Amino acid sequence: MAAELHVALVAADREVWSGQATLVVARTTSGDIGVMPGHQPLLGVLESGPVTIRTSDGATVVVAVHGGFISFADNKLSLLAEVAELADEIDVQRAERELERAKAEGDDAAERRADVRLRTVAAR
Amino acid sequence: MGAQLRVYKRRIRSVTATKKITKAMEMIAASRVVKAQRKVAASAPYATELTRAVTAVGTGSNTKHPLTTEAETATRAAVLLLTSDRGLAGAFNSNAIKAAEQLTARLQAEGKEVDTYIVGRRGLAHYNFRERKVAESWSGFTDEPTYADAKKVAGPLIEAIEKDTADGGVDELHIVYTEFVSMMTQTAVDGRLLPLRLEEVQEESSAKGEILPLYDFEPSAEDVLDALLPRYVESRIYNALLQSAASKHAATRRAMKSATDNAGDLITTLSRLANAARQAEITQEISEIVGGSAALADATAGSDK
Repeated sequence: MAAELHVALVAADREVWSGQATLVVARTTSGDIGVMPGHQPLLGVLESGPVTIRTSDGATVVVAVHGGFISFADNKLSLLAEVAELADEIDVQRAERELERAKAEGDDAAERRADVRLRTVAAR
Repeated sequence: MGAQLRVYKRRIRSVTATKKITKAMEMIAASRVVKAQRKVAASAPYATELTRAVTAVGTGSNTKHPLTTEAETATRAAVLLLTSDRGLAGAFNSNAIKAAEQLTARLQAEGKEVDTYIVGRRGLAHYNFRERKVAESWSGFTDEPTYADAKKVAGPLIEAIEKDTADGGVDELHIVYTEFVSMMTQTAVDGRLLPLRLEEVQEESSAKGEILPLYDFEPSAEDVLDALLPRYVESRIYNALLQSAASKHAATRRAMKSATDNAGDLITTLSRLANAARQAEITQEISEIVGGSAALADATAGSDK
């Protein structure tokens, strides 16, 4: 059996996803980082973007993370995000509408949020 | 119907109507407490993880950060007071306000200037009525606070603490809120959010006696701390808002329960009085009839002879 690490993805108001995984890829402020079981203890700042989790049964979970942290120790990985959404929860049409509206109004934050959502869905 | 009896009947009707309302409010509050408690529980994983992370950076590196180092002589402090928008919650708001005033007095005795920040219309009304200065206030979300609300509150506070004291910034940040202990007990507590007392945070997170590993920081310990501390403050404020909301609902439930009980007692007493009045009325009527007929009998008996 391949080594596994335990992942807990928590948003400010709920636990979004937790389970066993073999690989987690996230984007920190200094570049993409992949965490596999047995990684050195790590604490990093996340960029808004999709986080990919390869679960131990071979499936892939993609999550949109809007700012947050990644911390890894003792084979336990926690992803802390103010807002996090599973790719399945994202309403593509709504995100597209949001993106257009944000572009029209020049609302950078909203545009980024919508962009992250769409990228997450595309990465699924 | 006698005048006395009519008055009693009318009062019974009005108290019954009041009882129905307080009963309904009690039930609404009871269902909201459960919901609010669930939200407190749902926010716990984030708060614990964040506390762990803060402890890890704070103890694992020798980073100095304005938010963790105590000013040698603190001259200005901010106090954030959490109250509710609506009353009818027993002593909930007055307890929180009293705790804030004690804290303010204590800080002033230490020679610090105090800026007051208030959440909730009740607290704001209290301060405005006494014409005290309020640095900033928020209201409209105390029943069901969201994380966005907590961010809104935390923003200006973090800004104030990052500013130099000379430019109107503050050295310390205190928070006064009502802790939800149980359905029956809620206590107003005050605590210092910033500067962080790392020992305290550490105690909280490593109660299980775990040893924190040596972390690799990405990109660097300073940057991580920079990003982490505001989030930590936000999450603490969010947790306090949620607890305060749960406490408010529990206090409302209790206040409305005793109001309902009182109304019930009042109805019992009033119905007894009404019954006594009715009885007295009947007794009086009977004695009037008996007396009248006796007089009549006497009169006819006299005229017969």
